[in-house]
Amino acid sequence: MGTGANWEIAGNAGVAARERADGLRPRHAALVRVTHWLITLSFFALLVTGVEILISHPRFYWGEIGNVNTQPLFKLPIPSSRDMVPTGYGYVLPDQNGWSRYLHFEAAWVAVFTGLLYLAFGFFSGHFRRNLLPAPSDRSLKGLAISVARHLRFERPSEEEAWSYNVLQRLTYLFVVFVLFPLIIWTGLAMSPAIEGAFPSAVAVLGGRQSARTIHFFVSIALVLFLFVHIFMVSLAGFWKRVGAMITGRAATKKERV
Amino acid sequence: MSKISRRKLITTGLAATAGASGLAVAAKLARHYGLVPPDSGVLYGAGETLTYAAQRLLTRHSMAREFSRSQISEKPFANEVAPLGDEFKRLQQVGFAEWRLSVDGMVAQPTSFSLAELRSFPSRSQITFIACEEGWSYIAEWSGAPLSHVLGLVGTLPQARYVVYRSFQSDWWESIDMADALHPQTILTLGMNGGELPIGFGGPLRMRVPRQLGYKNVKYLTRLTLTDSLKHFGKGLGSASPEGGYAWYAGI
Repeated sequence: MGTGANWEIAGNAGVAARERADGLRPRHAALVRVTHWLITLSFFALLVTGVEILISHPRFYWGEIGNVNTQPLFKLPIPSSRDMVPTGYGYVLPDQNGWSRYLHFEAAWVAVFTGLLYLAFGFFSGHFRRNLLPAPSDRSLKGLAISVARHLRFERPSEEEAWSYNVLQRLTYLFVVFVLFPLIIWTGLAMSPAIEGAFPSAVAVLGGRQSARTIHFFVSIALVLFLFVHIFMVSLAGFWKRVGAMITGRAATKKERV
Repeated sequence: MSKISRRKLITTGLAATAGASGLAVAAKLARHYGLVPPDSGVLYGAGETLTYAAQRLLTRHSMAREFSRSQISEKPFANEVAPLGDEFKRLQQVGFAEWRLSVDGMVAQPTSFSLAELRSFPSRSQITFIACEEGWSYIAEWSGAPLSHVLGLVGTLPQARYVVYRSFQSDWWESIDMADALHPQTILTLGMNGGELPIGFGGPLRMRVPRQLGYKNVKYLTRLTLTDSLKHFGKGLGSASPEGGYAWYAGI
Protein backbone atom coordinates (compact mmCIF):
# COMPACT_ATOMS: atom_id res chain seq x y z
CA MET A 1 0.00 0.00 0.00
CA GLY A 2 2.66 2.42 1.08
CA THR A 3 4.76 1.57 -1.90
CA GLY A 4 1.83 2.04 -4.25
CA ALA A 5 1.37 5.52 -2.89
CA ASN A 6 5.02 6.26 -3.51
CA TRP A 7 4.61 5.49 -7.15
CA GLU A 8 1.80 8.03 -7.29
CA ILE A 9 3.97 10.63 -5.61
CA ALA A 10 6.73 9.89 -8.07
CA GLY A 11 4.19 10.75 -10.74
CA ASN A 12 5.07 7.98 -13.11
CA ALA A 13 2.94 5.19 -11.67
CA GLY A 14 0.67 5.08 -14.68
CA VAL A 15 3.49 4.87 -17.19
CA ALA A 16 5.43 2.42 -15.09
CA ALA A 17 2.42 0.18 -14.59
CA ARG A 18 1.63 0.17 -18.30
CA GLU A 19 5.23 -0.58 -19.21
CA ARG A 20 5.29 -3.36 -16.67
CA ALA A 21 2.10 -4.85 -17.99
CA ASP A 22 3.47 -4.73 -21.51
CA GLY A 23 6.68 -6.39 -20.35
CA LEU A 24 8.69 -3.41 -21.71
CA ARG A 25 10.18 -2.27 -18.48
CA PRO A 26 12.40 -4.83 -16.79
CA ARG A 27 12.38 -5.21 -13.00
CA HIS A 28 16.16 -4.71 -13.04
CA ALA A 29 18.00 -2.83 -15.79
CA ALA A 30 20.37 -4.97 -17.86
CA LEU A 31 23.38 -3.12 -16.47
CA VAL A 32 22.25 -3.70 -12.89
CA ARG A 33 21.81 -7.40 -13.62
CA VAL A 34 25.21 -7.84 -15.28
CA THR A 35 27.07 -5.85 -12.61
CA HIS A 36 25.21 -7.71 -9.84
CA TRP A 37 26.52 -11.08 -11.00
CA LEU A 38 30.02 -9.80 -11.77
CA ILE A 39 30.22 -8.41 -8.25
CA THR A 40 28.85 -11.70 -6.89
CA LEU A 41 31.56 -13.63 -8.71
CA SER A 42 34.41 -11.33 -7.68
CA PHE A 43 33.09 -11.13 -4.11
CA PHE A 44 33.27 -14.91 -3.73
CA ALA A 45 36.79 -14.97 -5.17
CA LEU A 46 37.83 -12.16 -2.79
CA LEU A 47 36.22 -13.89 0.18
CA VAL A 48 37.81 -17.30 -0.39
CA THR A 49 41.26 -15.89 -1.16
CA GLY A 50 40.93 -13.36 1.68
CA VAL A 51 40.34 -16.19 4.14
CA GLU A 52 43.34 -18.05 2.74
CA ILE A 53 45.59 -15.00 3.15
CA LEU A 54 44.19 -14.35 6.62
CA ILE A 55 45.06 -17.82 7.97
CA SER A 56 48.74 -17.22 7.26
CA HIS A 57 48.60 -14.71 10.13
CA PRO A 58 45.31 -14.88 12.06
CA ARG A 59 46.34 -12.10 14.46
CA PHE A 60 45.23 -8.47 14.33
CA TYR A 61 46.91 -5.33 15.57
CA TRP A 62 46.24 -1.63 15.89
CA GLY A 63 48.64 1.07 14.74
CA GLU A 64 51.53 0.88 12.31
CA ILE A 65 53.15 -2.46 13.02
CA GLY A 66 52.48 -5.87 14.52
CA ASN A 67 54.08 -9.30 14.50
CA VAL A 68 54.34 -12.43 16.66
CA ASN A 69 56.66 -10.54 19.06
CA THR A 70 54.08 -7.84 19.76
CA GLN A 71 50.78 -7.87 21.61
CA PRO A 72 47.86 -8.41 19.23
CA LEU A 73 44.59 -6.53 19.49
CA PHE A 74 42.95 -9.96 19.17
CA LYS A 75 43.65 -13.27 17.50
CA LEU A 76 41.33 -15.71 15.83
CA PRO A 77 41.19 -19.16 17.48
CA ILE A 78 42.06 -20.96 14.27
CA PRO A 79 45.13 -22.86 13.02
CA SER A 80 47.57 -21.05 10.73
CA SER A 81 49.33 -21.86 7.47
CA ARG A 82 52.66 -20.71 8.98
CA ASP A 83 54.56 -22.51 11.70
CA MET A 84 55.97 -19.25 13.12
CA VAL A 85 52.53 -18.19 14.35
CA PRO A 86 51.71 -19.53 17.83
CA THR A 87 48.14 -20.81 17.50
CA GLY A 88 48.03 -23.62 20.07
CA TYR A 89 47.26 -26.12 17.34
CA GLY A 90 49.79 -28.86 16.78
CA TYR A 91 49.63 -28.64 13.01
CA VAL A 92 50.15 -26.17 10.18
CA LEU A 93 47.74 -25.72 7.26
CA PRO A 94 49.03 -25.77 3.67
CA ASP A 95 50.26 -22.45 2.29
CA GLN A 96 47.78 -21.04 -0.26
CA ASN A 97 48.99 -17.44 -0.30
CA GLY A 98 50.61 -17.41 -3.74
CA TRP A 99 47.55 -18.00 -5.93
CA SER A 100 45.32 -16.42 -3.29
CA ARG A 101 47.14 -13.11 -3.52
CA TYR A 102 47.19 -13.23 -7.33
CA LEU A 103 43.46 -13.97 -7.50
CA HIS A 104 42.57 -11.56 -4.68
CA PHE A 105 43.96 -8.61 -6.63
CA GLU A 106 42.60 -9.79 -9.98
CA ALA A 107 39.12 -10.16 -8.46
CA ALA A 108 39.55 -6.75 -6.82
CA TRP A 109 40.16 -5.22 -10.27
CA VAL A 110 36.97 -6.88 -11.59
CA ALA A 111 35.05 -5.55 -8.58
CA VAL A 112 36.46 -2.03 -9.00
CA PHE A 113 35.75 -1.80 -12.74
CA THR A 114 32.29 -3.28 -12.24
CA GLY A 115 31.66 -0.91 -9.36
CA LEU A 116 32.69 2.13 -11.42
CA LEU A 117 30.40 1.05 -14.26
CA TYR A 118 27.55 0.58 -11.79
CA LEU A 119 28.21 3.98 -10.18
CA ALA A 120 28.26 5.77 -13.53
CA PHE A 121 25.01 4.05 -14.54
CA GLY A 122 23.44 4.66 -11.15
CA PHE A 123 24.08 8.39 -11.25
CA PHE A 124 23.28 9.05 -14.89
CA SER A 125 20.25 6.80 -15.31
CA GLY A 126 18.60 7.97 -12.13
CA HIS A 127 18.80 4.44 -10.66
CA PHE A 128 20.14 5.73 -7.34
CA ARG A 129 17.67 8.60 -7.13
CA ARG A 130 14.67 6.51 -8.18
CA ASN A 131 15.39 3.10 -6.68
CA LEU A 132 17.84 3.53 -3.82
CA LEU A 133 17.17 6.93 -2.27
CA PRO A 134 14.27 6.42 0.17
CA ALA A 135 11.01 7.76 -1.23
CA PRO A 136 9.99 11.15 0.26
CA SER A 137 7.16 9.58 2.29
CA ASP A 138 9.63 7.12 3.84
CA ARG A 139 12.16 9.75 4.87
CA SER A 140 10.94 9.79 8.43
CA LEU A 141 11.39 7.71 11.52
CA LYS A 142 7.80 6.58 11.15
CA GLY A 143 8.34 5.28 7.63
CA LEU A 144 11.44 3.49 8.80
CA ALA A 145 9.66 2.10 11.87
CA ILE A 146 6.89 0.62 9.72
CA SER A 147 9.45 -1.09 7.50
CA VAL A 148 11.46 -2.37 10.47
CA ALA A 149 8.30 -3.74 12.12
CA ARG A 150 7.34 -5.57 8.95
CA HIS A 151 10.82 -7.06 8.71
CA LEU A 152 10.73 -8.15 12.34
CA ARG A 153 7.45 -9.99 11.69
CA PHE A 154 9.14 -11.66 8.68
CA GLU A 155 6.25 -10.49 6.53
CA ARG A 156 6.41 -11.54 2.95
CA PRO A 157 6.68 -8.48 0.74
CA SER A 158 3.60 -7.24 -1.06
CA GLU A 159 3.11 -7.68 -4.78
CA GLU A 160 4.09 -4.04 -5.31
CA GLU A 161 7.41 -4.63 -3.59
CA ALA A 162 8.37 -7.13 -6.25
CA TRP A 163 8.77 -3.97 -8.35
CA SER A 164 10.52 -1.73 -5.91
CA TYR A 165 12.71 -1.68 -2.82
CA ASN A 166 11.34 -0.84 0.62
CA VAL A 167 13.05 1.79 2.74
CA LEU A 168 15.11 -0.63 4.80
CA GLN A 169 16.40 -2.31 1.66
CA ARG A 170 17.24 1.06 0.15
CA LEU A 171 19.22 2.20 3.16
CA THR A 172 21.06 -1.14 3.33
CA TYR A 173 22.01 -1.05 -0.34
CA LEU A 174 23.13 2.59 -0.06
CA PHE A 175 25.29 1.66 2.94
CA VAL A 176 26.88 -1.27 1.10
CA VAL A 177 27.47 0.70 -2.11
CA PHE A 178 28.65 4.00 -0.60
CA VAL A 179 30.23 2.99 2.71
CA LEU A 180 31.31 -0.66 2.87
CA PHE A 181 32.66 -1.06 -0.67
CA PRO A 182 34.67 2.20 -0.70
CA LEU A 183 36.01 1.40 2.77
CA ILE A 184 37.16 -2.10 1.86
CA ILE A 185 38.94 -0.80 -1.25
CA TRP A 186 40.56 2.02 0.70
CA THR A 187 41.77 -0.22 3.56
CA GLY A 188 42.99 -2.77 1.03
CA LEU A 189 45.06 -0.18 -0.82
CA ALA A 190 46.34 1.19 2.49
CA MET A 191 48.20 -2.11 2.93
CA SER A 192 50.15 -1.65 -0.31
CA PRO A 193 53.64 -0.37 0.54
CA ALA A 194 53.90 1.42 -2.81
CA ILE A 195 50.46 3.09 -2.58
CA GLU A 196 51.16 4.07 1.03
CA GLY A 197 54.25 5.94 -0.09
CA ALA A 198 52.31 7.82 -2.74
CA PHE A 199 49.34 8.61 -0.47
CA PRO A 200 50.67 8.57 3.12
CA SER A 201 47.71 10.44 4.60
CA ALA A 202 45.36 7.71 3.36
CA VAL A 203 47.08 5.38 5.84
CA ALA A 204 47.57 7.93 8.60
CA VAL A 205 43.86 8.74 8.95
CA LEU A 206 43.14 5.03 9.40
CA GLY A 207 45.61 4.88 12.29
CA GLY A 208 48.39 3.01 10.49
CA ARG A 209 48.95 0.04 8.24
CA GLN A 210 47.97 -2.64 10.77
CA SER A 211 44.85 -0.64 11.67
CA ALA A 212 43.98 -0.65 7.96
CA ARG A 213 44.34 -4.45 7.94
CA THR A 214 42.10 -4.79 11.00
CA ILE A 215 39.44 -2.48 9.53
CA HIS A 216 39.66 -4.42 6.24
CA PHE A 217 38.84 -7.57 8.22
CA PHE A 218 35.84 -6.01 9.98
CA VAL A 219 34.43 -4.53 6.78
CA SER A 220 34.68 -7.95 5.14
CA ILE A 221 32.75 -9.40 8.11
CA ALA A 222 30.10 -6.70 7.57
CA LEU A 223 29.88 -7.59 3.88
CA VAL A 224 29.48 -11.29 4.69
CA LEU A 225 26.72 -10.40 7.17
CA PHE A 226 25.04 -8.38 4.43
CA LEU A 227 25.32 -11.38 2.11
CA PHE A 228 23.60 -13.67 4.65
CA VAL A 229 20.78 -11.19 5.31
CA HIS A 230 20.45 -10.51 1.58
CA ILE A 231 20.07 -14.23 0.78
CA PHE A 232 17.68 -14.67 3.71
CA MET A 233 15.47 -11.80 2.53
CA VAL A 234 15.52 -13.05 -1.05
CA SER A 235 14.48 -16.48 0.22
CA LEU A 236 11.66 -14.95 2.23
CA ALA A 237 10.37 -13.22 -0.89
CA GLY A 238 10.71 -16.31 -3.06
CA PHE A 239 14.26 -17.29 -3.87
CA TRP A 240 13.98 -18.50 -7.50
CA LYS A 241 11.49 -15.80 -8.46
CA ARG A 242 13.87 -13.07 -7.30
CA VAL A 243 17.00 -14.74 -8.63
CA GLY A 244 15.16 -15.17 -11.92
CA ALA A 245 14.31 -11.46 -11.95
CA MET A 246 17.98 -10.61 -11.42
CA ILE A 247 18.94 -12.85 -14.35
CA THR A 248 16.22 -12.21 -16.94
CA GLY A 249 15.02 -8.83 -15.73
CA ARG A 250 11.43 -10.00 -15.63
CA ALA A 251 9.54 -10.17 -12.38
CA ALA A 252 6.92 -12.90 -12.43
CA THR A 253 3.55 -11.80 -11.05
CA LYS A 254 1.20 -14.10 -9.23
CA LYS A 255 -0.99 -14.51 -12.29
CA GLU A 256 1.92 -15.66 -14.40
CA ARG A 257 3.00 -18.19 -11.87
CA VAL A 258 -0.34 -20.05 -11.83
CA MET B 1 12.21 -11.61 -28.15
CA SER B 2 13.01 -9.06 -30.81
CA LYS B 3 14.96 -10.14 -33.86
CA ILE B 4 18.52 -8.98 -34.07
CA SER B 5 18.60 -6.33 -36.76
CA ARG B 6 21.31 -6.03 -39.35
CA ARG B 7 22.21 -2.57 -38.06
CA LYS B 8 22.64 -3.91 -34.55
CA LEU B 9 24.82 -6.74 -35.83
CA ILE B 10 27.04 -4.33 -37.77
CA THR B 11 27.45 -1.86 -34.91
CA THR B 12 28.17 -4.69 -32.47
CA GLY B 13 30.75 -6.10 -34.85
CA LEU B 14 32.38 -2.71 -35.30
CA ALA B 15 32.42 -2.08 -31.57
CA ALA B 16 33.99 -5.50 -30.95
CA THR B 17 36.66 -4.88 -33.59
CA ALA B 18 37.40 -1.43 -32.18
CA GLY B 19 37.59 -2.89 -28.68
CA ALA B 20 39.94 -5.68 -29.73
CA SER B 21 42.27 -3.37 -31.65
CA GLY B 22 42.14 -0.90 -28.77
CA LEU B 23 43.29 -3.65 -26.44
CA ALA B 24 46.07 -4.63 -28.84
CA VAL B 25 47.30 -1.03 -29.02
CA ALA B 26 47.10 -0.72 -25.23
CA ALA B 27 49.14 -3.93 -24.82
CA LYS B 28 51.77 -2.65 -27.24
CA LEU B 29 51.99 0.72 -25.51
CA ALA B 30 52.14 -0.95 -22.08
CA ARG B 31 55.02 -3.14 -23.23
CA HIS B 32 56.81 -0.13 -24.70
CA TYR B 33 56.57 1.84 -21.46
CA GLY B 34 57.59 -1.12 -19.28
CA LEU B 35 54.18 -1.64 -17.69
CA VAL B 36 53.99 -5.40 -18.26
CA PRO B 37 55.48 -7.59 -15.51
CA PRO B 38 57.50 -10.71 -16.45
CA ASP B 39 54.84 -12.99 -14.94
CA SER B 40 52.03 -11.49 -17.05
CA GLY B 41 51.51 -14.86 -18.75
CA VAL B 42 50.62 -16.84 -15.63
CA LEU B 43 47.04 -17.82 -14.73
CA TYR B 44 46.23 -14.55 -12.96
CA GLY B 45 48.61 -12.48 -15.10
CA ALA B 46 45.91 -10.08 -16.28
CA GLY B 47 45.20 -8.79 -12.78
CA GLU B 48 48.91 -8.72 -12.03
CA THR B 49 49.58 -6.62 -15.14
CA LEU B 50 46.87 -4.14 -14.15
CA THR B 51 48.32 -3.86 -10.64
CA TYR B 52 51.89 -3.38 -11.82
CA ALA B 53 50.95 -0.94 -14.59
CA ALA B 54 48.71 1.12 -12.29
CA GLN B 55 51.34 1.27 -9.56
CA ARG B 56 54.09 2.22 -12.01
CA LEU B 57 51.93 5.02 -13.43
CA LEU B 58 50.93 6.27 -9.96
CA THR B 59 53.95 5.60 -7.79
CA ARG B 60 57.07 5.50 -9.98
CA HIS B 61 58.83 8.26 -8.06
CA SER B 62 56.98 8.23 -4.76
CA MET B 63 58.95 7.67 -1.57
CA ALA B 64 58.22 4.93 0.95
CA ARG B 65 56.99 6.31 4.25
CA GLU B 66 59.73 7.02 6.77
CA PHE B 67 59.12 7.00 10.51
CA SER B 68 60.48 8.67 13.60
CA ARG B 69 63.10 7.05 15.82
CA SER B 70 60.48 6.49 18.53
CA GLN B 71 58.48 4.29 16.16
CA ILE B 72 61.27 1.73 15.69
CA SER B 73 60.00 -1.70 16.80
CA GLU B 74 61.46 -2.87 20.11
CA LYS B 75 61.13 -6.50 19.12
CA PRO B 76 61.49 -6.89 15.37
CA PHE B 77 60.69 -10.32 14.00
CA ALA B 78 63.41 -11.97 11.91
CA ASN B 79 61.26 -14.71 10.37
CA GLU B 80 62.72 -18.16 9.84
CA VAL B 81 65.41 -18.92 7.30
CA ALA B 82 66.61 -22.23 5.94
CA PRO B 83 69.90 -23.47 7.50
CA LEU B 84 72.78 -21.51 6.00
CA GLY B 85 75.31 -24.36 6.02
CA ASP B 86 79.00 -24.80 6.85
CA GLU B 87 80.37 -22.48 4.18
CA PHE B 88 78.33 -19.59 5.60
CA LYS B 89 79.58 -20.41 9.12
CA ARG B 90 83.15 -20.35 7.85
CA LEU B 91 82.62 -16.92 6.27
CA GLN B 92 81.00 -15.71 9.47
CA GLN B 93 83.97 -16.84 11.58
CA VAL B 94 86.28 -14.51 9.69
CA GLY B 95 83.86 -11.60 10.03
CA PHE B 96 82.63 -11.92 6.46
CA ALA B 97 85.97 -10.50 5.29
CA GLU B 98 85.72 -12.72 2.20
CA TRP B 99 82.09 -11.84 1.43
CA ARG B 100 81.79 -10.44 -2.09
CA LEU B 101 79.01 -8.78 -4.00
CA SER B 102 79.61 -9.29 -7.70
CA VAL B 103 77.96 -7.11 -10.33
CA ASP B 104 77.76 -8.34 -13.91
CA GLY B 105 75.58 -8.37 -17.03
CA MET B 106 74.87 -5.14 -18.89
CA VAL B 107 77.57 -3.07 -17.23
CA ALA B 108 80.70 -1.42 -18.63
CA GLN B 109 82.91 -2.95 -15.92
CA PRO B 110 81.84 -6.17 -14.21
CA THR B 111 83.11 -5.74 -10.64
CA SER B 112 82.96 -7.40 -7.29
CA PHE B 113 82.90 -5.49 -4.01
CA SER B 114 83.91 -6.45 -0.49
CA LEU B 115 81.76 -5.39 2.44
CA ALA B 116 84.46 -2.88 3.42
CA GLU B 117 84.25 -1.30 -0.02
CA LEU B 118 80.46 -1.13 0.21
CA ARG B 119 80.81 0.50 3.65
CA SER B 120 83.10 3.15 2.19
CA PHE B 121 80.41 4.32 -0.22
CA PRO B 122 78.04 7.20 0.61
CA SER B 123 75.60 5.75 3.09
CA ARG B 124 71.91 6.28 3.51
CA SER B 125 69.93 5.56 6.67
CA GLN B 126 66.17 5.33 6.68
CA ILE B 127 63.52 4.26 9.16
CA THR B 128 61.00 2.25 7.19
CA PHE B 129 58.74 -0.72 7.81
CA ILE B 130 59.15 -4.12 6.30
CA ALA B 131 55.96 -6.08 5.81
CA CYS B 132 55.53 -9.73 5.01
CA GLU B 133 52.88 -10.80 2.52
CA GLU B 134 51.39 -12.78 5.43
CA GLY B 135 50.36 -9.53 7.13
CA TRP B 136 52.87 -8.85 9.92
CA SER B 137 55.39 -6.02 9.93
CA TYR B 138 57.98 -4.11 11.94
CA ILE B 139 59.84 -0.82 11.71
CA ALA B 140 63.63 -0.54 11.80
CA GLU B 141 66.39 1.80 10.81
CA TRP B 142 68.27 0.42 7.82
CA SER B 143 71.54 1.76 6.48
CA GLY B 144 73.79 1.03 3.57
CA ALA B 145 74.85 2.10 0.11
CA PRO B 146 72.10 3.10 -2.32
CA LEU B 147 71.92 0.53 -5.13
CA SER B 148 71.88 3.42 -7.62
CA HIS B 149 75.39 4.45 -6.48
CA VAL B 150 76.80 0.98 -7.18
CA LEU B 151 74.97 0.79 -10.51
CA GLY B 152 76.60 4.09 -11.45
CA LEU B 153 80.08 2.92 -10.43
CA VAL B 154 79.99 -0.16 -12.63
CA GLY B 155 78.71 1.79 -15.63
CA THR B 156 75.23 0.39 -16.13
CA LEU B 157 74.40 0.32 -19.84
CA PRO B 158 71.36 2.33 -20.93
CA GLN B 159 69.58 -0.74 -22.31
CA ALA B 160 69.50 -2.43 -18.89
CA ARG B 161 65.90 -2.76 -17.69
CA TYR B 162 66.12 -5.07 -14.68
CA VAL B 163 68.46 -5.94 -11.85
CA VAL B 164 68.49 -9.64 -11.00
CA TYR B 165 69.83 -10.30 -7.52
CA ARG B 166 70.81 -13.50 -5.83
CA SER B 167 71.26 -14.78 -2.33
CA PHE B 168 73.79 -17.07 -0.70
CA GLN B 169 70.73 -19.32 -0.50
CA SER B 170 70.67 -20.41 -4.12
CA ASP B 171 66.90 -20.90 -4.35
CA TRP B 172 66.16 -17.29 -3.33
CA TRP B 173 66.64 -14.86 -6.19
CA GLU B 174 64.65 -11.85 -7.24
CA SER B 175 64.62 -9.01 -9.73
CA ILE B 176 63.35 -5.45 -9.84
CA ASP B 177 62.81 -2.96 -12.64
CA MET B 178 64.97 0.16 -12.99
CA ALA B 179 62.29 2.33 -11.32
CA ASP B 180 62.95 0.45 -8.09
CA ALA B 181 66.65 -0.22 -8.74
CA LEU B 182 67.45 3.49 -9.16
CA HIS B 183 65.03 4.58 -6.42
CA PRO B 184 66.92 6.47 -3.69
CA GLN B 185 65.48 4.29 -0.92
CA THR B 186 66.63 1.02 -2.47
CA ILE B 187 69.77 0.25 -0.48
CA LEU B 188 72.37 -2.50 -0.16
CA THR B 189 71.78 -2.84 3.56
CA LEU B 190 74.72 -3.40 5.90
CA GLY B 191 73.36 -2.01 9.17
CA MET B 192 70.20 -2.13 11.25
CA ASN B 193 69.18 0.05 14.20
CA GLY B 194 72.67 1.51 14.50
CA GLY B 195 74.56 -1.79 14.56
CA GLU B 196 75.63 -4.36 12.01
CA LEU B 197 72.83 -6.17 10.23
CA PRO B 198 72.19 -9.34 12.29
CA ILE B 199 72.28 -12.65 10.41
CA GLY B 200 68.63 -13.38 11.18
CA PHE B 201 67.68 -10.17 9.42
CA GLY B 202 69.82 -10.90 6.38
CA GLY B 203 73.34 -9.91 7.48
CA PRO B 204 75.94 -9.30 6.35
CA LEU B 205 74.20 -7.87 3.27
CA ARG B 206 70.56 -7.52 2.36
CA MET B 207 68.64 -5.84 -0.47
CA ARG B 208 66.07 -3.43 0.93
CA VAL B 209 63.32 -2.36 -1.49
CA PRO B 210 61.02 -0.60 0.95
CA ARG B 211 58.20 -0.08 -1.55
CA GLN B 212 57.81 -3.83 -1.94
CA LEU B 213 56.97 -6.64 0.47
CA GLY B 214 59.40 -8.75 2.48
CA TYR B 215 60.15 -11.46 -0.04
CA LYS B 216 61.66 -8.97 -2.50
CA ASN B 217 64.14 -7.99 0.23
CA VAL B 218 66.61 -10.80 -0.39
CA LYS B 219 68.89 -11.74 2.52
CA TYR B 220 72.59 -12.74 2.18
CA LEU B 221 73.03 -10.84 -1.08
CA THR B 222 75.88 -12.12 -3.29
CA ARG B 223 75.33 -11.08 -6.88
CA LEU B 224 73.65 -8.47 -9.08
CA THR B 225 73.08 -9.01 -12.80
CA LEU B 226 71.84 -6.24 -15.08
CA THR B 227 69.75 -7.34 -18.04
CA ASP B 228 67.33 -6.10 -20.65
CA SER B 229 65.25 -9.28 -20.50
CA LEU B 230 64.31 -11.78 -17.82
CA LYS B 231 63.56 -14.55 -20.32
CA HIS B 232 66.72 -16.52 -19.66
CA PHE B 233 66.67 -16.37 -15.89
CA GLY B 234 65.09 -19.46 -14.35
CA LYS B 235 61.76 -20.16 -15.99
CA GLY B 236 61.61 -16.65 -17.45
CA LEU B 237 59.01 -15.38 -14.99
CA GLY B 238 61.31 -12.80 -13.42
CA SER B 239 62.28 -14.43 -10.15
CA ALA B 240 61.93 -17.44 -7.89
CA SER B 241 58.65 -16.08 -6.50
CA PRO B 242 56.42 -16.68 -9.55
CA GLU B 243 58.01 -20.11 -9.92
CA GLY B 244 56.75 -20.78 -6.40
CA GLY B 245 53.31 -19.32 -7.17
CA TYR B 246 53.88 -15.79 -5.81
CA ALA B 247 53.67 -12.57 -7.82
CA TRP B 248 56.88 -11.06 -9.18
CA TYR B 249 55.79 -7.54 -8.27
CA ALA B 250 55.16 -7.17 -4.55
CA GLY B 251 54.19 -3.50 -4.24
CA ILE B 252 50.84 -4.60 -2.85
